[in-house]
Amino acid sequence: MRPRALTRKLLRDLWNLRGQALAIAMVIAGGVATWVISYSAIDSLVLTQDAFYRESRFAEVFATLKRAPKRLEERIADIPGVAEVETRTVALANLEVEGFADPIRGLMVSIPDQGESRLNRLFLRSGRLPAPRAPDEVVVSEPFAEAHGFRAGDTLDAIINGRRRTLTMVGVGLSAEYVYQIAPGDLFPDYERYAILWMREEPLSAAQGTQDAFNDVALTLEQGVQPQEVIDRLDDLLRPYGSTGAIARADQASHKYLEQEIDGLRSSAGVVPVIFLAVAAFLINVVIARTVDQQRDQVAVLKAFGYGNRAIGMHYAGLILLIVAVGSLPGVLAGAWAGSALAELYRVFFRFPYLHYVLAPEVVITGVGITAGAALLGALRAVRKASRLPPAEAMRPEPPMVYRASVVERAGLQRWFDQPTRMVMRHLERKPGKALLSVLGIAMAGAILMVGNFQEDAIDFMLDVQFGLAQRQDLTVTFVEPTGREAVLELAGIPGVFRAEPFRSVPVQLRVGHRTYRTAIQGFENRGDLYRTLDARLRPVEFPPEGVLLTDYLGERLGVQPGDWITVEVQEGAQPVREVQVAGLVSEYVGLSAYMHIDALNRLMQEGPVVSGAFLAVDRAQQTRLFAELRERPRIIGTSQREVGIQSFEETMGETLLVFAFVNTLLAGSIAFGVVYNAARITLSETSRELASLRVLGFTRGEVAYILIGELAVLTLLAIPVGFVIGYWFCAVIAQAFASELFRIPLIVEPSTYGFSAMIVLAAAVISALLMGRKLYHLDLVAVLKTRE
Amino acid sequence: MAEREAVFRTEGLTKIYRVGEVAIQALRGVDVTFYSGEFVVLLGASGGGKSTLLNILGGLDTATEGRVFYGPQELTHASDAELTDYRRHFVGFVFQFYNLIPSLTARENVAIVTEIAREPMTPEEALRLVELQHRLDHFPAQLSGGEQQRVAIARAIAKRPAVLLCDEPTGALDSKTGVVVLEALARVNEELGTTTVVITHNAAIAAMADRVIHLSDGRITGVETNARRIPPSELSW
Repeated sequence: MRPRALTRKLLRDLWNLRGQALAIAMVIAGGVATWVISYSAIDSLVLTQDAFYRESRFAEVFATLKRAPKRLEERIADIPGVAEVETRTVALANLEVEGFADPIRGLMVSIPDQGESRLNRLFLRSGRLPAPRAPDEVVVSEPFAEAHGFRAGDTLDAIINGRRRTLTMVGVGLSAEYVYQIAPGDLFPDYERYAILWMREEPLSAAQGTQDAFNDVALTLEQGVQPQEVIDRLDDLLRPYGSTGAIARADQASHKYLEQEIDGLRSSAGVVPVIFLAVAAFLINVVIARTVDQQRDQVAVLKAFGYGNRAIGMHYAGLILLIVAVGSLPGVLAGAWAGSALAELYRVFFRFPYLHYVLAPEVVITGVGITAGAALLGALRAVRKASRLPPAEAMRPEPPMVYRASVVERAGLQRWFDQPTRMVMRHLERKPGKALLSVLGIAMAGAILMVGNFQEDAIDFMLDVQFGLAQRQDLTVTFVEPTGREAVLELAGIPGVFRAEPFRSVPVQLRVGHRTYRTAIQGFENRGDLYRTLDARLRPVEFPPEGVLLTDYLGERLGVQPGDWITVEVQEGAQPVREVQVAGLVSEYVGLSAYMHIDALNRLMQEGPVVSGAFLAVDRAQQTRLFAELRERPRIIGTSQREVGIQSFEETMGETLLVFAFVNTLLAGSIAFGVVYNAARITLSETSRELASLRVLGFTRGEVAYILIGELAVLTLLAIPVGFVIGYWFCAVIAQAFASELFRIPLIVEPSTYGFSAMIVLAAAVISALLMGRKLYHLDLVAVLKTRE
Repeated sequence: MAEREAVFRTEGLTKIYRVGEVAIQALRGVDVTFYSGEFVVLLGASGGGKSTLLNILGGLDTATEGRVFYGPQELTHASDAELTDYRRHFVGFVFQFYNLIPSLTARENVAIVTEIAREPMTPEEALRLVELQHRLDHFPAQLSGGEQQRVAIARAIAKRPAVLLCDEPTGALDSKTGVVVLEALARVNEELGTTTVVITHNAAIAAMADRVIHLSDGRITGVETNARRIPPSELSW
């Protein structure tokens, strides 16, 4: 026996509530969509990464060395736990492309003379592999090919080991090993000026001088083998051949960046939807409780005729679930659509050859479930409240509220306010709890509107600091190996170079107890103008004569304070291990670094006054000639441009973040509108009887509207500053969640962000007020007075 | 009349409402019995405690003191579930302000009760009894006050309740429309034998009852038995 009439009541009630229901559905859609977008995009990214790694047989342990004979390969394969071994030649090259003046760095990687690699297989996007033993054929990395518009058959010049040769590009490819293509020492990818090239082994080893030998090895491990056991054995084997120490996949550059990025996304993309969904859930809970509250006399009638609390509860639960369904469906669909678009953005950014978009059922279930749960709790709270009263009482109109003079009046200020204004004030004071919830609801909506703009502000600020105050060099020149300081003077003498400042960069592993971090110690001179490190107040920091300065976030990671000692395991040359005192912490938004005075670093390395490279300030007008000049110097391995760094950041990470932030702002807008409209709508139905009575007594429509809209205006104006406070707090939570090795976003909230939030909330309030005004205009005086409530 | 079966019996029924800091005593020790099949009018000025008594009899409210029985069953301390069951199967209510569900048609307003009752008549039958068979698919807002009240009566009787409790059923209606509503009540009482209790402050209605109970200031001040029931059509006020 199913009470069909109750079902019909449900559908008709839904129809009668359609305005409110739609607004609630909008809030639900906004919350659910944000949730689905973020989590599906991240899931997809992880799935895609796994699939690509598996398909290309991505290695698990890597080592580079100077030169070892081929026969060593067998002994490596004999290490217990090793599944497969591939030895190869890897070479650095300077590349030249016709019509492109800037220096390009290239990494040449060998593939076996016949067929495909066993490990780290190339994923060909177009063209073919080089012919067996083909001396001058290469496959180039896709982003580089795209950046220059290369097609199969195009050529470029490469200077390998000091000798120039012309190479024909026969194919374009991607590799799991270089998903994230970033030049050593760079913070961001630069696809125009950094390339990966794959060449057959014989010609490459001939060019590099590793015939019958190798300088790079990759391994996979047997199931369940810990990489460290194999790494220790491998290091013993390779140390005589100039190995700088094998690394596990976790430390492999591309993989590490990728993991950091995905981790960063997970925490950043994780926190925003949690905030959005929590806000949406809270709002829905409040709005639904008040909507059901309005039906308290109907609850009483149903009870009077023998409907039990369970049946009535189910009835309202059904009503609410319908609204949740109406909101969730577009929320999930829009979320899936935008989520796949975002995942595609990530795919392009991370350079995966394909994307497996996945929307896990758990994501939908948790998102919709949290929303539905909050809505049901709100509805059931109201139903329980209505059904706890004896039906006789519930059917009576709510007893007249105990009004009293408001604070303002008690303070003796009433003569400044007319009667309608006093009514507005008493209304608000009558139910402070309800007014507080309304204010809180609108404030939350305003707060999430700040989130998107905050991200934009923070990124702008971060770029300003990083590239305006800290890294101000036009070019960074790196030498093949540590070189005497006179080389810097020589660079300074080149026409077009205004200033040259030396730096020494030493790859190290920092160790404090069991915590380690691989980075480079950068040695600078004091009073440098081109590259400065800053303290928390953004003032340049003096390098102390002894000791190391750490990025504050790195200090936190290693758990050290100024004055503590850390172990420095140098990853270069004789690989000495030293104890160094932490002299201080510096504040940086990008990367994790360690700094020393260049002299102190030279002393630490027990070397003379040598440098790794120089920062240059140059005359833009002479840049092209300058590049040509630098290319002629064989000791220079690479040159990178600061401007390109900024650009590439903005194009890649910045763009992805901002698209995401923009979508969130749109959704926040829809949530804000839904909330404000509902607050107005509920105020109208709660007071319509009273307002109609006033109309009967001769109040004009305008005066009556003033009372209703006055209340809404007061609520909105109170909510805006509260929203600022909550919004600032949300931003702080997000800044915290975004903090990763790659970058930290500063908690900078610009006035325009506050302004934007206030503007949207006000706009939503004005639109709601206009809609309410229309309803007031059509208020049926007689009907309202005839029926009770 | 000694063999008459008692439907309701109350002993020292007392009800005190608290409104803010003021205590209002609505009933002050009411002892009364209602018998099967009779048509009783509870007469009194407003504020006399009539509605309170009716609501307690109908399981819509609980007493502060005293006991109330429905047949052999004591309602005084019945649980919410027991009261719900009691209302569902034995009681029909008619309220002064009809309390129809605005989003349901006349037929559906009746169906909402028949769908949970044990042996109900069809909504159409119930509405025919109140002569509304031609207004089945109208919404409350499309019906006059008298019609709405007749829908409410149809809704109350459709489950064939043992008792029909009516709180000022003509209070919001003019005399002519009120008579039509009262005729419907009288017909139900006669044809179905439903014990009917009608609250009113309108003394003219008392003439159609078997018994008239006067209630004033929370106490029973008098009980009259009419030798002859006057048909509602002969009433006017």
